[in-house]
Amino acid sequence: MGEAAVEIEDAGLRFGDRTLWSGLDLDVAPGEFVAVLGPNGSGKTSLLRVLLGLQPLSSGSVRLAGEPPGRGNQKVGYVPQQRAIDESAALRGTDLVGLGLDGHRWGVGLRGMARRRRLVAGAVASVGAQSYARFPVGRLSGGEQQRLRVAQALVGEPEVLLCDEPLLSLDIAHQRAVTELIDTRRRTAGTAVLFVTHELNPILPYVDRVLYLVNGRFRIGTPDEVMNSHVLSELYSTRVEVFRVGGQIHVAGAHSALCEDLPHHADEQVP
Amino acid sequence: MEEFFDLELMFRLAGVVQNGLLAAAILGLVAGVLGPLIVLRRMAFAVHGTAELGFTGAAAALLLVGTGIEYGAIAGAVVAAALLGVLGGRSGERDSVIGVVLSFGLGVGVLLLWLYPGRASNKLGLFVGQIVSVDASTVVVFAVCGVLVLSVLALVYRPLLFASVDPAVAAARGVPVGALAPLFAVLVGITTALGVQVVGVLLVLALLVTPAAAASRVTSSPLLATVLSVIFAETAVLGGIMLSLVPGAPPSPFVTTISFLIYLVCRAVAYRRDRPRTGLGPPPGTLDPIASPVR
Ligand SMILES: Nc1ncnc2c1ncn2[C@@H]1O[C@H](COP(=O)(O)OP(=O)(O)O)[C@@H](O)[C@H]1O
Ligand SMILES: [Mg+2]
Repeated sequence: MGEAAVEIEDAGLRFGDRTLWSGLDLDVAPGEFVAVLGPNGSGKTSLLRVLLGLQPLSSGSVRLAGEPPGRGNQKVGYVPQQRAIDESAALRGTDLVGLGLDGHRWGVGLRGMARRRRLVAGAVASVGAQSYARFPVGRLSGGEQQRLRVAQALVGEPEVLLCDEPLLSLDIAHQRAVTELIDTRRRTAGTAVLFVTHELNPILPYVDRVLYLVNGRFRIGTPDEVMNSHVLSELYSTRVEVFRVGGQIHVAGAHSALCEDLPHHADEQVP
Repeated sequence: MEEFFDLELMFRLAGVVQNGLLAAAILGLVAGVLGPLIVLRRMAFAVHGTAELGFTGAAAALLLVGTGIEYGAIAGAVVAAALLGVLGGRSGERDSVIGVVLSFGLGVGVLLLWLYPGRASNKLGLFVGQIVSVDASTVVVFAVCGVLVLSVLALVYRPLLFASVDPAVAAARGVPVGALAPLFAVLVGITTALGVQVVGVLLVLALLVTPAAAASRVTSSPLLATVLSVIFAETAVLGGIMLSLVPGAPPSPFVTTISFLIYLVCRAVAYRRDRPRTGLGPPPGTLDPIASPVR
């Protein structure tokens, strides 16, 4: 420990002549909770893919759990943005969670079944999914699959947790439950969390820092440092007002900043 | 109708084709084990394409060597599987690549068969299976291929399952998703080629896909689905051969019919089981995410 769990150094990513971001420097300490915000297409998912070693950088370097990207992936928990499971797949919720534990290991995995079952049951219970964990995953609702996804990401006791819009299709109660679960995890086990989201408010009480990406520019800082009218106006290059109402942050003005999640949600919830 | 159920004759004939039955049992085991993964990976069409190229290979062996169709079929199917694994990496492209490759391969195979001067029954055997022609050396080929396929599968089973149902997270956890696809395709290719002798090239789907499709109707446990799929495949292939003996018909219509009936039964069971409980757990419509308060 002591060392950063995620180290991003002068990183840049370009597709053709389009620069998603460049000159990105960010160290995430063990146990730190970093929210990644930004409009659609600003490169949030791509950043996670870079950290996982699935997408090479155009410039700079990253390290994850002390290793080059792609090398330490067993120490990483991942909740993907596209997560629909085939409706007819012969796979139960418990199988999905179990794959998060040892699905990367070679062999059939018949040994250690008892321990595996215990760990999976614990992870399932921690997201409150006991009542449906034995049903076919593909037939569960988006929110139920989502909670199993979080259990799948946590069951392997990751050092780094990368979540891509994990609150999508969850109701408020479960948004809170999932966020608290992740928060507990990072407090007790020192897991570093990178949390991509459209909506900061549900996680605001837990967030240490915010990385806000817009059109190739970015800002990193505490929510107070980033989520203010001055900084966001600069990022969006247009007048943006930030209001704080009852401990929540509301952004008005940059159309894409505040409304983009609504149509976006609509098409992503359809399996 | 009576001689159809002449049990004594049936078992006497079974003794004659015991090599064929042995080979069929090996095929049923391997096909049954691979089946659930084929179904999970939506590879039914790929299996069909692979089988048709196995036919091309078998036809080439028949024409060029005059015998050894099992080696020809294996070569053809493995080349096809590797080709499909490499060319059809993206699932969007896969269907069309299979269509392109299999139609060409089938055309070549028909040409080769037309050129073959030998007996017509050898030709027909490629399509409908020819259990009588299985001798001890063929059984050895089946056994070696079976052990090979099952050993490799045992080694890669868990990551392969992970990559099949959940490729994004599997890749994120370090599973070589890209390399497993062609590897699995080759395993399927070898198994498909074995099917040439038993049910014929065109009907291997009845053993590689139907039993697994039936099993995944009645269970969603990957382990139980595999066990059931093996039982269904063995029932179909051994039962089908036994029933074909007395009338002296090719086994494939019997094998495919049993396979199909098992599938129908499993669908019926699943329908009955799922009907009383409408919806699983909480009502299907999930709550919308909270609307942005600014609106
Ligand atoms: N492999 C790729 N090749 C070309 N463009 C890509 C590739 N991956 C992502 N992009 C583009 O990069 C942009 C950012 O994508 P993404 O990281 O998914 O954004 P976000 O998650 O912030 O919505 C998108 O416009 C997408 O089309
Ligand atoms: Mg994204």
